[in-house]
Amino acid sequence: MHQDAEFRKGVREAIGDPRIRRTFRARMDLLMAKRRSAFPDPEEWDDLRRAATGIRADNISRLPELLEQLEKNCTRNGIRVHWAETADDANQTVLEIMRGHDALQLIKGKSMVSEEMGLNGYLAARGIDCLESDLGEFIVQLAGERPSHIIAPAIHKDRAQVARLFKENFPDVSYTEDIKILTGDARRLLRRKFLEAPVGLTGVNFAVAETGTLCLVENEGNGRLCTTMPKVHIAVMGIEKVVEKLSDIPPLLDILVRSATGQSITTYFNMISSPRRRDERDGPEEVHLVLLDNGRSRICQDRELDATLRCIRCGACMNHCPVYSRLGGHAYPGTIPGPIGALLEPQIAGLDRLGMLPTASTLCGACSEVCPVGIPIPELLNRLRAEGVKRDPEGIAGSGSRRRFREALVWRLWQLIFSRPQIYCVAVFFATRVPAVLPRLFGPWIRSRSLPIPAEKNLHDICLKRGVEHE
Amino acid sequence: MSEPRDRILARLRRKGKGRAGGIGRSGVALSNRCPKDLVGEFQRRAEAMHAQVYRVERSGWTHLLERLCREKAISNLLYGPDGPLGGEIREASRQRQGLPDLVGFVQEIEVCREQLFFEIEAAVTSVRAGVAATGTLILWPTPAEPRSMSLVPPIHFAVLDAGAIHSSFADVVEKKGWNRCMPTNALLISGPSKTADIEQTLTHGMHGPTELVILVLTQATI
Repeated sequence: MHQDAEFRKGVREAIGDPRIRRTFRARMDLLMAKRRSAFPDPEEWDDLRRAATGIRADNISRLPELLEQLEKNCTRNGIRVHWAETADDANQTVLEIMRGHDALQLIKGKSMVSEEMGLNGYLAARGIDCLESDLGEFIVQLAGERPSHIIAPAIHKDRAQVARLFKENFPDVSYTEDIKILTGDARRLLRRKFLEAPVGLTGVNFAVAETGTLCLVENEGNGRLCTTMPKVHIAVMGIEKVVEKLSDIPPLLDILVRSATGQSITTYFNMISSPRRRDERDGPEEVHLVLLDNGRSRICQDRELDATLRCIRCGACMNHCPVYSRLGGHAYPGTIPGPIGALLEPQIAGLDRLGMLPTASTLCGACSEVCPVGIPIPELLNRLRAEGVKRDPEGIAGSGSRRRFREALVWRLWQLIFSRPQIYCVAVFFATRVPAVLPRLFGPWIRSRSLPIPAEKNLHDICLKRGVEHE
Repeated sequence: MSEPRDRILARLRRKGKGRAGGIGRSGVALSNRCPKDLVGEFQRRAEAMHAQVYRVERSGWTHLLERLCREKAISNLLYGPDGPLGGEIREASRQRQGLPDLVGFVQEIEVCREQLFFEIEAAVTSVRAGVAATGTLILWPTPAEPRSMSLVPPIHFAVLDAGAIHSSFADVVEKKGWNRCMPTNALLISGPSKTADIEQTLTHGMHGPTELVILVLTQATI
């Protein structure tokens, strides 16, 4: 339960920090308003969501054949495909490619899979310098932090904090809190790095099996630079990101972008199908695709939980989550915060390690309401809660690890009381007349809440007295 | 066959417990908004994405390019001499000398990248198609007009034929049979590069061009 204690500590710290609450409330309100205005017609939203859900569910149900097709077509196009079972295997693959080119510098576009791999730390320990080029990622890298949101990694920082970071790290830069100037500074600081780095690394938003095409969604142009300037481009992706047809892309891109930021489209949609051909004058000479499993194939085996893999990483669930908007992303252990993280991370790491995450939800359903691919997040979180306390050798890793004797006993007692009217009456009598028994029973509940004082007469008594008939 | 590959695929093929999702492709026909005035819709959407859009008769586009270069005080312009615009640009420059210094993208990037990153002020490229629904340009960079032309210089002039504007991205993919002929790199570009990573404040010119200027070539009206 060490992780539980850590998590609770993080939660307490986050809740106690007024800056986090203020910042996230304001940012999430804006993102929610933008998304709302991006889907003005509920009928169109329904149609688009049904189509996107159908496409992703179909992709996930046919993952093995689509991955084989993707591999075949990428290979035909000249893209080298690598398979990695674990994050460590993927890191090692990237390292081998780097070493093959005597490369000591890696310039990166935004990639949550590389965060999941812990790639920067892994390569740094082996003498390779990783530089994040997405502005948000660049800021959190300078701060020595991890992203607090999957779409906007530095959403927790304000302009003054960014200004201080720039000044501390680049003494030649004049201190300013002007966002336009700060952005210009970042452009200037990173410009030469794109020329110098021998290898660029990015994530993949969608990989199209029928054409062997890697698709990247972005606004800044750093993704395009990372995939154009260095001699070698390495793309890392979770195996669930494959889609079957090119015609699947327009509806998925449309619903992804509108759900994420409320834009109608991003500045760039970059579709890469091969390395530089002989007659071309720019582009990478080598393109590598690293397909990462890291627990996804296990998730895929469960015909209910495999819905988790439909996720297209828009972040709408976290923008609308009452828990995330109060905690921010750093209170969540694991790579991906918010509702989808609470669902995905324990399945990857095991319920014994991150089994507390599904409990960090009110199950209000806001996440599933806005999910563009119809993932029933609250239902699945409930399933994980149940798996956590039920030992099942065929279940998720760490199933049953959260079972506690006392808790199980309380629920048995609860079941007993509520299934036998006589016992129920006696229990209610004591609970209402002898309130002294309650504080100890409610111990953890009232640590940060006031104790509910039961009325002397309960609703049943009052109704009976008023002559309301039993139904 | 690599071993991890086989193990991953074997695990994926093993379907275990839980209820079947039962969700398949929906067959929902997505409304393909097809505005009557494709050019007007394209312009409205592209301008909403902060692109500058000019409609110009085909015969006069190099005159407009000259004027814009003058107004923006551009001293050099990168172009593709062997590309679809190369001849007209050279001819305009020769006849009127109203264009800034022309720089042809004729060498490999490794040779000209310093100049591309730190000297070139603007580039002009052709465009394969436009998308009215989102104000998007579609580029398939070629050896004559490499991909970095639309990415590195601070200003990108994009020359789009009005007849190449389609209603939606889905429409282009389907009608043009993209699934049979994908190029090395296909790009959708909507507006200049931007970021909102600091306090969600929109700022243009992050890593790509700060300005995207679209010249929509129309037929002469009689």
